[in-house]
Amino acid sequence: MPLPICRALFFLVGAVAPLTLLAQDHLEPSPPAKPAAIVAGASESPVDLDQGRHLFEAHCATCHGPNGEGGKGPTLAQPSLPRASDYESLLKIISGGINGTEMPPAHMERKDIELVAKFVKSLNSRPREAVSGNVERGAQIYAKKGGCAQCHMLDGQGGVFGPNLSDVGLRRSPEYLRRSLVDPSADVPQSYVAWRTDISLPENFLFVRLVTRDGQEISGVRVNEDTFSIQIRQANGAIKSCFKSELAELHKDTGKSPMPSYATALTTNELDDLVAFLTSLRHNK
Amino acid sequence: MKTFCLLPLTAMLAVSAAAQVSVPFERIRDSSKEPGNWLTHGGDYAGHRYSTLGQLTPANVARLKTAWIYQSREAGRWEATPLVVDGVIYITERPNVITAIDGKTGRPLWNYRRPMSDQATGCCGAVNRGLAILGDALYVNTFDCHLVCIEASTGKERWDTVVTDYRPGYTMTAAPLAVKDKIIVGISGGEYGVRGFLDAYDAKTGAHAWRFWTVPATNQPGNETWGTNDAWKTGGVATWATGTYDPDLNLVYWGTGNPGPDYNGDLRPGDDLYACCVVAIDPDSGTLRWHFQYTPHDVHDWDSCEVPLPIDATINGKPRKLLMQANRNAFFYVLDRATGEFITGKAFAKQTWASGLDAKGRPILIPGKEPNAEGVLVYPGLEGSANWPAPAYSPLTGLFYVQTQDDYGQIYYKHKADYNVGNDYEGGGARNLLGAEPYGALKAIEATTGTVKWEFKEQSSCDAGVLATATGLVFSGTSDGYVYALNAATGEPLWRFQTGGTILAPPVTFLVDGKQYLAIAAGSALFTFAL
Repeated sequence: MPLPICRALFFLVGAVAPLTLLAQDHLEPSPPAKPAAIVAGASESPVDLDQGRHLFEAHCATCHGPNGEGGKGPTLAQPSLPRASDYESLLKIISGGINGTEMPPAHMERKDIELVAKFVKSLNSRPREAVSGNVERGAQIYAKKGGCAQCHMLDGQGGVFGPNLSDVGLRRSPEYLRRSLVDPSADVPQSYVAWRTDISLPENFLFVRLVTRDGQEISGVRVNEDTFSIQIRQANGAIKSCFKSELAELHKDTGKSPMPSYATALTTNELDDLVAFLTSLRHNK
Repeated sequence: MKTFCLLPLTAMLAVSAAAQVSVPFERIRDSSKEPGNWLTHGGDYAGHRYSTLGQLTPANVARLKTAWIYQSREAGRWEATPLVVDGVIYITERPNVITAIDGKTGRPLWNYRRPMSDQATGCCGAVNRGLAILGDALYVNTFDCHLVCIEASTGKERWDTVVTDYRPGYTMTAAPLAVKDKIIVGISGGEYGVRGFLDAYDAKTGAHAWRFWTVPATNQPGNETWGTNDAWKTGGVATWATGTYDPDLNLVYWGTGNPGPDYNGDLRPGDDLYACCVVAIDPDSGTLRWHFQYTPHDVHDWDSCEVPLPIDATINGKPRKLLMQANRNAFFYVLDRATGEFITGKAFAKQTWASGLDAKGRPILIPGKEPNAEGVLVYPGLEGSANWPAPAYSPLTGLFYVQTQDDYGQIYYKHKADYNVGNDYEGGGARNLLGAEPYGALKAIEATTGTVKWEFKEQSSCDAGVLATATGLVFSGTSDGYVYALNAATGEPLWRFQTGGTILAPPVTFLVDGKQYLAIAAGSALFTFAL
């Protein structure tokens, strides 16, 4: 029988680690097309761009969207990319990934990486997704009606049950954030790390429910796990550590979030404001 | 007034000679007669890692406590199996350090430190997996491709032979194998376009005795399996894990590595012999007696360096001399070790690349599983369902114990491979699945059928080896730092200890002053345990 999950407001959108991220820029409507911020080493032919698009769709679109509109990964269709201010840094990120994030190294030869980079560069004149909400009102909703700070940390303030959101605007697209507020389990932070032997575990978010041999029911977010033991953080922030031999049941709710949906708790306008506020969070330390 | 009796000089010399280390070939061959020692990498020539010592049992193993811990002055994880001779432990530390340790106290007796070029580079770090002992000398392979002979009593170097130039990408990480009067060594470098080989050297002088090329040249049988170009010259097929030896048949069994470039087989269109094989070699001459290829034309980096274990068992009412291997490609194989004939094989972990094995043991391929530019999901991932960590075999249970990875797939990519001397030459790579959590497991596999009898799940992949005992225990370790004991018949956990260091080495057991110890490297330290 499932255990009662924490009813504390739980905002999962942010994730501990960002994905393939180059990051969207600011919130204002798109400026008119202007010269690219990224300068490639060679001019791009239509053939190059077609090949680059093909590779992008195979390797990058799952997270960044087929047109670079963003998703789990940040929007690439924008005038400048905060983490890739020039062509060389873009190549470096594509080939090497970004440590500590969900962005993996590409398994492509140099020529193909250059084609992808050229395609990404060509996205800079596309119109970006409009963010209609108001940042200041969104900050108020975050702090008060949303109760987000009960579970999420923002610049050193707030709870630690959910992911830290201090740079969530750098890592997630507005549309992804909106979807996470409405349907928190639509996607949860995941990692490309296959073997987890240490505290890199939170990169792969996992909600866990335990039943001890004496009948105690406990739930929380996995902090660490090894062959013989598991440590979880409960909604009140307390750590519970158990040897697996002490447990009668261990349920791993892969892909599920304990965060409640805000679909009815907030109005459409309030959701827009909250998305605008979250999109503005981009402390990249 | 006290008086002292002076021993005659001849008597003193006799005492001194008796105190010298002496491990002739016959002593290694008959190592089952002295279970208090650990005389070769695999515990015996068959590599069974099976101990008949009786002090640690399922009934008392829960009381096992640390005896002492030896910590290295050098950083880096250890992967070595210690040797133990008459109370002294010999172990290799990273990168090129050998230490003799007093088995009773953990105090070092001597160090041998050899300077090493920092230009040598390998896929997986400057690791070393152990030593061989023969006569009064220890033998070690160095990361920069020397074979060094050291006096076991003092740590003094006797000779140092260059096996090969490391600059094209060769390295050496495996323990040597001492057979009769020769030291047999393998090389690493399969990801750098080297041409693999197995070498033998005279144990007394270091003189080169023979070389078996694992990629045949144009005038040799098997070269035709590489196509008609020069792919064989950069074909890889390293020999990076220590083999086993059958004294009765006088054959050495050695697993071979993947062909190169790893993920792009376009340049090497045939079966690519002797990649992903076990080769049976005459240790006196280096002559190939037979071979068996597990994965023809491999494009997933599934080396077959996993330890091939000889056992004698009855199949269909007939006593057979068998050779078992849990292969990286997810199949467990049983061969006739006199002829190389395939007897049976079965998948022991999730795999999606072959629908089975045919009557000769050749995999029946599922189409569309070769890497390509867009990526192809295949189980197992490149680390394989099993890998180099040493398995164990217990004649008591008839079970083969091996660390495995399961539910482990990766997306394989292929791209163009350009060979540049000394540089990575893989032609692709592999990526994990987003959010997937494959698991490690110590599996107990019925040796004659390949049927998995039980598995002990681990949180992560595991590169620790295994030790089995005649008292019905299995010892191993985990990447997350535990050394543990299981019931050999059921897999039930009976004891554990958290070392705080990643365990990438096999446990051994031995006697010091009549007391049984368990030892295993964890992190950069050697932990020992006793009741």
